[in-house]
Amino acid sequence: MIDFEKVKQTVGGKKITLGAVLKSDGSTVATKTGGWRSLRPVTDFSKCVKCGNCWTFCPDASYKKNEKGYFEVNLDYCKGCGICSEVCPVKCISMVREEK
Amino acid sequence: MTKKVMEASHAIAEAIKMIEPDVIAAYPITPQTHIVERLSDFVADGELKSQYINVDSEFSALSACIGASATGCRAYSSTSSQGLALMFELLFITSGMRLPVCMSEVNRALSAPINIWNDHQDAISCRDSGWLQFYVETGQEAFDLSLMQFKISEDKDVLLPSMVCMDGFTLSHVYEPVDITTKKLVEDFVPRYKPVHAVLDPEQPLTQGPIGFPSEYMEIRYAQCAALNNSIKTIEKVFKGFSDKFPVQIKNSRPERYYHVEEYQLHDAEIAFVAMGSMCGTIKDVVDRLRNRGEKVGLLKLITYRPFPKDAIKKSLKGIKKIAVLEKAISPGVGGVLCDEIAGVLYKTDTQPDIRSFIVGFGGRDVKLDHIEKIYEMTKNDKGSKEEWMF
Amino acid sequence: MDVLEPRTASQSGSFKSRDLKMAIMGLPEEEYFAPGHRACAGCGAAIAMRLLTKAAGKNVILVESTGCIEVVSTPYPETAWRLPWIHGAFENAASIASGVESALKAKGRKDIKVIGFGGDGGTYDIGILGLSGAFERGHNIAFVCYDNEAYMNTGIQRSGATPFGASTTTSPSGKASIGKVQWKKDLVHMLVANGAKYAATASIAFPQDAFKKIQTAIKTEGPSFVNLYSPCVPGWKYEPSKTVEVAKLGVLTGAMPLFEVIEGKHKVTMPRDPEKLKPVEEYLNMQGRFRHLFKPKRDDKALEEIQKGVKDRLRLLLEYESKGL
Repeated sequence: MIDFEKVKQTVGGKKITLGAVLKSDGSTVATKTGGWRSLRPVTDFSKCVKCGNCWTFCPDASYKKNEKGYFEVNLDYCKGCGICSEVCPVKCISMVREEK
Repeated sequence: MTKKVMEASHAIAEAIKMIEPDVIAAYPITPQTHIVERLSDFVADGELKSQYINVDSEFSALSACIGASATGCRAYSSTSSQGLALMFELLFITSGMRLPVCMSEVNRALSAPINIWNDHQDAISCRDSGWLQFYVETGQEAFDLSLMQFKISEDKDVLLPSMVCMDGFTLSHVYEPVDITTKKLVEDFVPRYKPVHAVLDPEQPLTQGPIGFPSEYMEIRYAQCAALNNSIKTIEKVFKGFSDKFPVQIKNSRPERYYHVEEYQLHDAEIAFVAMGSMCGTIKDVVDRLRNRGEKVGLLKLITYRPFPKDAIKKSLKGIKKIAVLEKAISPGVGGVLCDEIAGVLYKTDTQPDIRSFIVGFGGRDVKLDHIEKIYEMTKNDKGSKEEWMF
Repeated sequence: MDVLEPRTASQSGSFKSRDLKMAIMGLPEEEYFAPGHRACAGCGAAIAMRLLTKAAGKNVILVESTGCIEVVSTPYPETAWRLPWIHGAFENAASIASGVESALKAKGRKDIKVIGFGGDGGTYDIGILGLSGAFERGHNIAFVCYDNEAYMNTGIQRSGATPFGASTTTSPSGKASIGKVQWKKDLVHMLVANGAKYAATASIAFPQDAFKKIQTAIKTEGPSFVNLYSPCVPGWKYEPSKTVEVAKLGVLTGAMPLFEVIEGKHKVTMPRDPEKLKPVEEYLNMQGRFRHLFKPKRDDKALEEIQKGVKDRLRLLLEYESKGL
């Protein structure tokens, strides 16, 4: 086990780490790739059968199962690819244009 | 203290055996083979408990060392010439990731034409890779530096890979008396490696080797270069500690006190030779001859090459008007590498010496006593040009 | 059960889970490959990474070669990984993995598995030496290739894994060219010959199968390999939403047959009937990289060659299986 504090360095005021090492803590979550999309998925939960396809096939792990067992999209990361809409067996996910 | 007459390659193998790296990755290339063969003998006889990987190429050798070092283990490899060239991209990567991998580099000429004999072109061509480089003259120095390099590389203020360079055939295959001390003393001097930043462990998951965008890369490189520059202090500390703990056992086998440079008869010299590696032994003989004839000449031998020991060189060459640098490597289009680097150090100092390079020994060509005498004569009498090839 | 067939909620209980904790469609819920990574919208390789890391679990060390995923997953100072991960260079994931595996042996850590992975560029071509060496030495490493059939990260150049007739930026179709003229390199059988105890092909379109195969590779003692077909949106040139459909058609047409080689013996997953294959044209027609085979003029010769090649290959695999080879 290493002391990660000892790995931190500062060069010219910029914070870096020794050998560019990072904690494997999934810190990319700080970047909201949801800003990339022009379409976003909208689920009609009345039709949803909770199969989990949307969750399985999302490249950005943007679906999360809620307490009722339905899958909700996390718009912070959804890039609007539309795979979820395609793989839904009951076609209850539509891709809607983002207003801007 | 254990004195044995042995090949310098085998002396290195003895040193590595005592250091006991966790992982040894080895790919054979002449003239390094005797090191890795002897190490595999030790492993086969159960005398060395390292994981020995017979890799498929030199880039796999250094890659495996990167993997092992990143996992928090002590890693070692050895190569020469074409093998070092094949590892080229990984040299920079090892250093950039600050992994203290240690290597024995048996100096051999680079193709083409293919040539298995000694010169320094291979390691010198890697001088920008961010590795520490040391050059040794004798089997004893090879043994000693092979122990010291681990302590230096693994130091928390260094954490950079290092290579100990020895001349292929002219040193690696030469039998000399070597004091190989005892394992207990070595273990006292070189403690087990304690990683500071490089571990791969599910208990503490880390990401090593990310992409560095323009916004980040330069600072990370600065930190690496600063560490290489500052390693000069750690090297001095280790040299001192070693010299204290391991006094000279065999006369003339190594300097009394290890330092970045070794001065030989330099005290009142008017002309100085500068060189690295085993040819320094021959040069010392010529210096003795010339001194007997009343000539005021000496030798400055470089042991530490990277980081370049600027202060030590400035101090040792102060006041000397003529410097003849004997080189076994060249930067085509510019000239002898060592000469230019030393000239840079001496630029704007009080003495403005006449400094020239003499290209010797390429591709294993013998560096003879006559060559060195001729070099002295040319330097003394201002004959010849700034770059002379001594065929 | 075909994952793309409609199913009712009551059928979801038939999926087995790896452990009794929450599982969705038989896959553990935990994400070890975090969102916020910079992969393209619809990236097949990103789906592959979620599958790989779910199959791997916590007690692994990941060793990756340079490529799309390496670049999009570690934009310093951020990282998408929640597992120990190292990247060195392009050609040496397997070599670095060998070093990590040996280091773990030196430390006596038998509980940690080393997983090497990379794209087809770093695995089929430049990485082949290190991979072959690692397998020949018998290291306990699972190697997964996310196969998108070209050097995608550098701009869609041809690799040894690019299929016959595909247009890439360095094997473009043109007046005098059909695109890539060589057939795809058969890496799976090469590695079997090199000592792979388990080798398989899988597809992101069939995630439970891919999950199972990756887990088998991880549980195998010794070198094992999984080639995970992962479509690429800009490289294969299709709409981002069609990634899974393209992958599925690739399998059902036989262009990407799924099979395993277990201790040298073949076991074909799917398809299993060369006569009932969907026409390979359906698969090719979906992708811009094969567009030149259809427009401006149909290249019947090439299309027949591809169809024949696909059928022949499946027949051969089934023959190996039936003869116990």
